[in-house]
Amino acid sequence: MPILTYRDALTEALREEMERDPDVFLMGEEVAEYDGAYKVSRGLLDTFGDKRVVDTPITELGFAGLGVGAAMAGLRPIIEFMTFNFALLAIDQIVNNAAKISYMSGGQFRVPIVFRGPSGGALQLAGQHSQTFDSWYANVPGLKVVAPATPADAKGLLKTSIRDNNPVIFLEGEMLYNTKGEVPDGEHLVPLGKADVKREGSDVTIVCYAKSVAPALKAADTLQREAGISCEVIDIRTIRPLDTDTLIDSVRKTNRGVIVEEGWPYSGIGAQLVDTIQREAFDELDAPLLRVTGADVPMPYNKKLERAAKPNPQKVIDAVKQVTYTA
Amino acid sequence: MTQVQTYAGLDPARTDFYRQLLHRMLLIRRFEEKAGEAYALGQIGGFCHLYIGQEAVAVGAMAALRDDDYVTSSYREHGHALARGVSARAVMAELFGKATGCSKGKGGSMHLFDAERNFLGGHGIVGGQIPIAAGAAFAIKYRGGDQVSLCFFGEAAVNIGSFHETLNMASLWDLPAIFLVENNRYGMGTALERASAIDDIPARGASYGMAAEVVDGMDVLATYDAMQRAVERGRSQKLPTLLDVNTYRFVGHSMSDASHGTYRTLEEVEENKKNDPIGGLCGRLLDEQLLSHKDIEGIDTEAIAEVEDAVAFAESSPDPDPEELYTDIYYD
Ligand SMILES: Cc1ncc(C[n+]2csc(CCOP(=O)(O)OP(=O)(O)O)c2C)c(N)n1
Ligand SMILES: [Mg+2]
Repeated sequence: MPILTYRDALTEALREEMERDPDVFLMGEEVAEYDGAYKVSRGLLDTFGDKRVVDTPITELGFAGLGVGAAMAGLRPIIEFMTFNFALLAIDQIVNNAAKISYMSGGQFRVPIVFRGPSGGALQLAGQHSQTFDSWYANVPGLKVVAPATPADAKGLLKTSIRDNNPVIFLEGEMLYNTKGEVPDGEHLVPLGKADVKREGSDVTIVCYAKSVAPALKAADTLQREAGISCEVIDIRTIRPLDTDTLIDSVRKTNRGVIVEEGWPYSGIGAQLVDTIQREAFDELDAPLLRVTGADVPMPYNKKLERAAKPNPQKVIDAVKQVTYTA
Repeated sequence: MTQVQTYAGLDPARTDFYRQLLHRMLLIRRFEEKAGEAYALGQIGGFCHLYIGQEAVAVGAMAALRDDDYVTSSYREHGHALARGVSARAVMAELFGKATGCSKGKGGSMHLFDAERNFLGGHGIVGGQIPIAAGAAFAIKYRGGDQVSLCFFGEAAVNIGSFHETLNMASLWDLPAIFLVENNRYGMGTALERASAIDDIPARGASYGMAAEVVDGMDVLATYDAMQRAVERGRSQKLPTLLDVNTYRFVGHSMSDASHGTYRTLEEVEENKKNDPIGGLCGRLLDEQLLSHKDIEGIDTEAIAEVEDAVAFAESSPDPDPEELYTDIYYD
């Protein structure tokens, strides 16, 4: 299998889907002539021209809403946000229009649109450019929320998201673009709503997604090696819809769980997962579910403070030791 | 481009067309009166914004469109849906929240939709529909079609970001969109000049290099003419237009709002009612002897019957099935 970066895997997905369906177009700030602020759309302008790769003014609300209207009129827009920090300006169009129009119209209109771009903590970008809004979108019925961790999943999930007939929030890890991994040759589609067991284990279930997968796997390695604790690492991949079955099956086996996410703890994705697990597997739990999250603070600029604010393998190890009462 | 602001003479050969316009306006007037009654009886709930006084805008504008054009509107859209040809039954049933409504009872007064008529909905967030209309215009251009995308919104929306972001994009990209400002002078209780540093709306168009025109929205034929020019600009030149259509709402902002007393006087309302768009068209048709009093009465009787029928239909229609709560959230 070819080894690709997460970035190139996304570019391949865009290219393949634009070749496959002439109704698919890409729109956003700097996506065309500049090749994308993070170079995800590199080369697409040359292939598809400025009709299908459209540079916009800095007008997030406007082009997000324009995408919704184009989708209602039958096209399949891919709207790139330079980063999801700026999507806050467009959240009215995403929540009040994209997510609602199928329902409010009694199912007459569909809104097949992908809102994508880098998301999550970056390096020393401080309070306004290093944020994780996953739970904001996941809270909204009518949206699907996808957050791939690997190049293979980035490609397969983006292709599926583009073909989906609903608005999909596609959160790319800003710190993952340069990571490399095997990507299957040929048509590679990953279904939405299907978790991936990234590592099998028997003592504790670690639930994670996107950028939190790497520290979870690293922690699992260390725990196996140094403490003989066997962790099962589950990457949910799609935050909404959630693959509850895979989660619950795992917790039934391990009787313990730790949830890792980049976002803030209060009303976070982990809070939702804890709710789901305790309802479905209450009798099977041998310890409280614990969460490892970003700190409940605006992201600081200082390197050391920033490191302290983010999840890392050690924090996951500590949580696993607590739920196995080996701390 | 000829600068026709008001319509001069009537053309006897077009009497049928005038009759249709009058019928549509009367249908909307009678519909809205009935909706007001049904609201008072508790048959309609939530926010409900009537269109009484503004009928000439929807009817005149829509008469210039083809079936394959797109229409997007605000929450004050009963009249737009009716003028677009959505049946009075489907609209009334929607206001009643019934399964037979044009949005299956899940949208209500502010969210009328009709995919078959490219009616992209009533939208409840001020200005939220403006980029959507530009998106439909973008899709038209993308496919190389010659349709236009018409967007209705109130004058208070000219101060919201989406208006400016969209006008800029529509002009920058030459989108066949028509931005029709229904300038009834007030956003709830705030007069335009109390909210707008520049209350000259065409000047807003000028700042985006967009053609703009002031239109007498109490005159259905003037509205129709101006729309025809805008439609032509969209279809053949692929250019957007901003229309400042002056009108007046004879009733309160919504059902909970008195028609006068705080932000405007009874005298002002009464003065404007003298310029009733339906009375105006009737007067001209009578003056030029194209229709008789009896003809007009007949058209009105027809409209009243259609509305009565719509109410009976809505009353006897079933509520949505309880299972409908969980359908249409996602489109399979
Ligand atoms: C973004 C937003 N802010 C506030 C409101 C509440 N609101 C509903 S209608 C309205 C006035 C709008 O006036 P205008 O655009 O002139 O339309 P009209 O009601 O006169 O048709 C306001 C403030 C809203 N719906 N959306
Ligand atoms: Mg107004």
